[in-house]
Amino acid sequence: MLVTEEKPIKEILGALEADKKLFVVGCAGCPEGWETGGPQKVAELADKLRAGGKEVVGTTMIDFLCNKALVGLRLGRCIEALKAADAVLVVSCGIGVQATAAMVDKPCHPALNTISSAGFQGLWPSSERCQQCGECVLSLTGGICPITTCAKSLLNGSCGGSHEGTCEVEKNRPCGWFLIYERLKALGKLDNYKKLQPVRNFGKMDVPLKHRSTIRWALEAKEF
Amino acid sequence: MSRLQQELEAGRFVVTGEVGPPKGIDTHELDHELEHLKGKVVAINVTDIQSAVMRLGSLIVSEYMVRKGFEPVFQLTCRDRNRLALQTELISAAWVGIENVLCLTGDHQVLGDHRGAKGVFDLDSVSLLQTVNLLNSGKDLAGNALAGAPKLFPGAVVAPGLEPMEPQILKFEKKVAAGAKFFQTQALYDPRQLEAFMRQVEQFKVPVMAGIVLLKNVGMAKFMNANVAGVFVPENIMKEIAGCPKKKLKQKSAEIGGRLVKEMKGMCQGIHLMPLGWTDIVPDVLGHAGLA
Repeated sequence: MLVTEEKPIKEILGALEADKKLFVVGCAGCPEGWETGGPQKVAELADKLRAGGKEVVGTTMIDFLCNKALVGLRLGRCIEALKAADAVLVVSCGIGVQATAAMVDKPCHPALNTISSAGFQGLWPSSERCQQCGECVLSLTGGICPITTCAKSLLNGSCGGSHEGTCEVEKNRPCGWFLIYERLKALGKLDNYKKLQPVRNFGKMDVPLKHRSTIRWALEAKEF
Repeated sequence: MSRLQQELEAGRFVVTGEVGPPKGIDTHELDHELEHLKGKVVAINVTDIQSAVMRLGSLIVSEYMVRKGFEPVFQLTCRDRNRLALQTELISAAWVGIENVLCLTGDHQVLGDHRGAKGVFDLDSVSLLQTVNLLNSGKDLAGNALAGAPKLFPGAVVAPGLEPMEPQILKFEKKVAAGAKFFQTQALYDPRQLEAFMRQVEQFKVPVMAGIVLLKNVGMAKFMNANVAGVFVPENIMKEIAGCPKKKLKQKSAEIGGRLVKEMKGMCQGIHLMPLGWTDIVPDVLGHAGLA
C-alpha cells in the first residue's frame, strides 16, 4: 500500500486560486486504508473547499485511480459535472493524480503528498511513475511528474540537453520537461513554467519507523 | 569587481576564452593554452568535469589561474555535488579571489566516462544562481548568517539552437529572475539563429555572449551534430572543412571561426570562444573578426 499524507488545506487552496468550480475524485484504494482519503475524507475535503469559497460541482470515488482505463470508464459517468469544473482535485497518490490528468482536459491538483516507502508498493499501470517524494508538485506541472519523467529529476527544467523534445540520456526518450511544457501550453498555464521552485527536502525520501510497521493493516504481531 | 563585470556593465564588447583541465596532474598543455590566451581575452572559462568526464578540478585550476594573473570564469555544475558541497565550492572560490561563476545544471553522468556514477542534481542551474545571490547577501541556503559574504558574479548558459525555442526563452527569463548577470551560449554556427534568439531576449537587458567551438575536422562537426544538443554545424561549413587539406585545417578553422564571430558580433554583447585545445589560433580568429 502506498503511504500518503494530507496536504494542508491552505496549500491546496493556494494551488486552486484560479479555479472556482471543482470536481473531487477520491481513490478507494490506498488512501482509504491509510485514512488520508476515502468517502468520508472526500466529503470533509469538499466541506473545507466550500468554506474556502469554492464551489464543488461533484465528487466521485474510484476503486483504483492508478488504472487509467478504470479512471476513464468511471469519469465517463460524471462527464457533465467535469465539463462544468474549472479543475479537478484528486485524493490519491501521485500515480492517481497523473492518471486522472491523462484522462481529463482540465488542470488536476493533488490533495495528498505521497511518502516514500523506498521500494515497490502499489501498482504501476502504464507510463505514470511516482517516486514518492513527499512534496507533490503536480499542480504546477500540469499533472506530469518532473521527478520521474526527467532523468535528472529537475524542478526547474528543461536542461540544455533537451532538443526536439528528447532527453540527452537515451535516444528517443521524451524529455519530461518538454512534455510538461506542452501540457501547460495546452492548459493555458505556461506561466507555471517560469515559476522559481524551492529546493527539495530529500529528508522526505527516508522511510521513518512509523511508516515501516505493518500492524495497522495486516493485523500481524508487532514487527518493530 | 571582476574585469568581466566591469566591461559588461560599461557596455563594452567582451571576448572570453576557455580551457579544459587535463585528465591527470600533467598541466603543461594547460600552461601553453593559457599563454596563448594571455592578453587576448578578458576572462577564461574553466570547465567543471565537462561532459561528465573526470578531470582536474575547475576550482583548483581557477585558483591557479588567479595566482598566475588570469581572470577565470569558474564553471560549476550540479551533477556531482549536493547543496552543501556547492555552497562550499562557491565560498571557497570567493576566498581565493575567483569572482565570475558560470552556473550549470550539468550533463547527465551517462554521457561521460563513469556511466554508473550517481548523479546528484540536488540543485539545478536556476537554484544554483539563486544560491550565489543568497551567499552574496550573507546567508546560506539554510538561512544561517555567513562569517564573511562572498562577492560572486553569476552567469548562466543558454542554447539558442535548441528546438523548440519557446521553452528556451522561458528558461532564460527564469535564469534572469534567479539572478543571472550574463549569459554564454552553446556553440552557434548560424548567425540567423542568434539573431532570432536575441530579438526575443533583448527585452531582459542581460548581456549575452555568443559561443563558438573552433572546428577541427569534419568528424568533430558530425559528432557534435549527432550528440551535442542544440549544436548544429551546417552543411556548407562541413563541406568547407572537408575540402581543406589537412595541413591547412588550423588556418581554415581560424577563418571560419573569425567569419562567424564577425557576423555575430553586432548582434550580442560578446563572444565566448571554446578552442578545445587550439588556443594557438585564437589570435587569428580574433584578427579575422576584426577584434584583435
